[in-house]
Amino acid sequence: MAEPLFSVRGLKVALPDMTRKPLIGRAPLAEILKGLDFDLPKGSVTGIVGESGSGKSTLGRALVRLLEPSAGSVRFEGRDITHLPEAELRPLRRDLQMIFQDPMSSLNPRRTIASIIAAPLKQNGLGDNLRTRVAEALQRVGLPQSFASRYRHQLSGGQRQRVGIARALALSPKFVLADEIVSGLDVSTQAQILTLLEKLAAEMGLTVAFISHDLSVIRRLCQQVIVMREGRIVEASATDALFDNPREAYTRDLIAAIPLPEIDADWLRPPAKAPA
Amino acid sequence: MNACLDINNLSAVLANGQRVLRSVSLAVQPGEVRALVGESGAGKTMIGKAVLGVLPSSVRVVEGDMRLEGEDLGKLQPKARRTLIGARTALIPQDPLTALNPSRRIGPQMTDRLVRILGWSGDKADKRVRQLLDEVQIRDPDRVLKSYPHELSGGMRQRVLIAAAFAAEPRLIVADEPTTALDVTVQKQILLLIAELQREHGTAILFVTHDLGVVAKISQKVSVLYAGKVVEEAETAALFAAPQHPYTRALMAATPRYTDPLASLKPVDETVLAGLAAEIAMADQAWRRPHG
Repeated sequence: MAEPLFSVRGLKVALPDMTRKPLIGRAPLAEILKGLDFDLPKGSVTGIVGESGSGKSTLGRALVRLLEPSAGSVRFEGRDITHLPEAELRPLRRDLQMIFQDPMSSLNPRRTIASIIAAPLKQNGLGDNLRTRVAEALQRVGLPQSFASRYRHQLSGGQRQRVGIARALALSPKFVLADEIVSGLDVSTQAQILTLLEKLAAEMGLTVAFISHDLSVIRRLCQQVIVMREGRIVEASATDALFDNPREAYTRDLIAAIPLPEIDADWLRPPAKAPA
Repeated sequence: MNACLDINNLSAVLANGQRVLRSVSLAVQPGEVRALVGESGAGKTMIGKAVLGVLPSSVRVVEGDMRLEGEDLGKLQPKARRTLIGARTALIPQDPLTALNPSRRIGPQMTDRLVRILGWSGDKADKRVRQLLDEVQIRDPDRVLKSYPHELSGGMRQRVLIAAAFAAEPRLIVADEPTTALDVTVQKQILLLIAELQREHGTAILFVTHDLGVVAKISQKVSVLYAGKVVEEAETAALFAAPQHPYTRALMAATPRYTDPLASLKPVDETVLAGLAAEIAMADQAWRRPHG
């Protein structure tokens, strides 16, 4: 098989535990990720699912090196980036893009949409033909050209998330981290954004890590799934295999807890009492 | 028999005259769960607030009436209305962290309402609260009652608020997205609890949610809302068997289903939205004629 885009071995991340910080001095470290091994194949969309506190967002941040791992290794295109200093990371940043959960807080309120999309282009020496590049980016995500001169607050939630996608894809990255990007959206808007991401990922050959708490969405979008719990990988496999034949009890519970939009009188039945 | 809650032709407007509730009619029978489902801006939370008498001051009810067990709320003096609503209804809110006072222990927060509004003795209230904590499967009531909200998990906080809502034996509970902020496995436990308590106590529930999956599991009746208008109203089983309104069908097709990934997550068709806009405009025109 071709070399994976990301190869992660024994990944550990420890962060300061602010709930145990003494009044004076440093907070003790808490281990959030407790040794993860996985690969992200080139051009694949991988779902990372888990409940709150499972470490799925921390994993995403470690991949794009917003966090420095405390142990293990992260290889991007074969190159070890685990402890790469910021100066050496900078040229890699254009290949590692992010789309966030809440575009309201990740878009600058005082800049026009055009200037938000243009910022990463300028930073990466693509300042020529800015107008054309911004126009292309808007068109790619299905926003009218007139939006270039608008501001964040003039857009709906779905339109803002389109801007977030346009900005992330403006540099034609190799990897996109999408962290709960449809969680705050209505179902009709959610469907539009996911369909858009699905189409663009295929067209541009993107490798995507799609972090979500929603297994239904992951089944539609992702070729493989990593199920996380308490900083560990519970199960990782191809999406169809995971749903058709989950190996771990935790995965089965997660799937069974999803309320499907259909009548099922047994779903809300109390669990049978275990025999004494 | 009187409906537990009967809303008839309710319209509300903002200061600029824009209608936010458009001639809403719905009823909740005793012991029944009615879901209000819709996307953001559909007015579902607004209806809950209207029932509880806590509409924001920017919203004015201009038409229609609401009856709580036959009592016309609009005909009561404000103080009598508040007393009636306080005695017969309760709220399960979406976010238990903001609904609880962070600087007070759980115990007094739960008993306060029973003592102050219902005039119970402290002892009786304490006993009742412990009984309800047991019903929501909190096995260490002493610790929970002594805790501050931040010391409990999200699921535990929501259990506390469910216990508090049922403690005063309300006839009607407004549940406003009570599981939206929770993980799926916790959501399932909480829905199970609400359903069990609702059956045991025979409480009517107006259940506000954006999730058709939750509607299918918890409710017997459902009203589908768009822009403050009830676009479809049905028994839940009938709605899922044969949705009538194009918007209901579009919402169902947009809702993700892991059992049918390719047929779900369909973006809502532009023609459906255009049809809705026309329907709303027509209703507003017909409404404005007699209302100047």
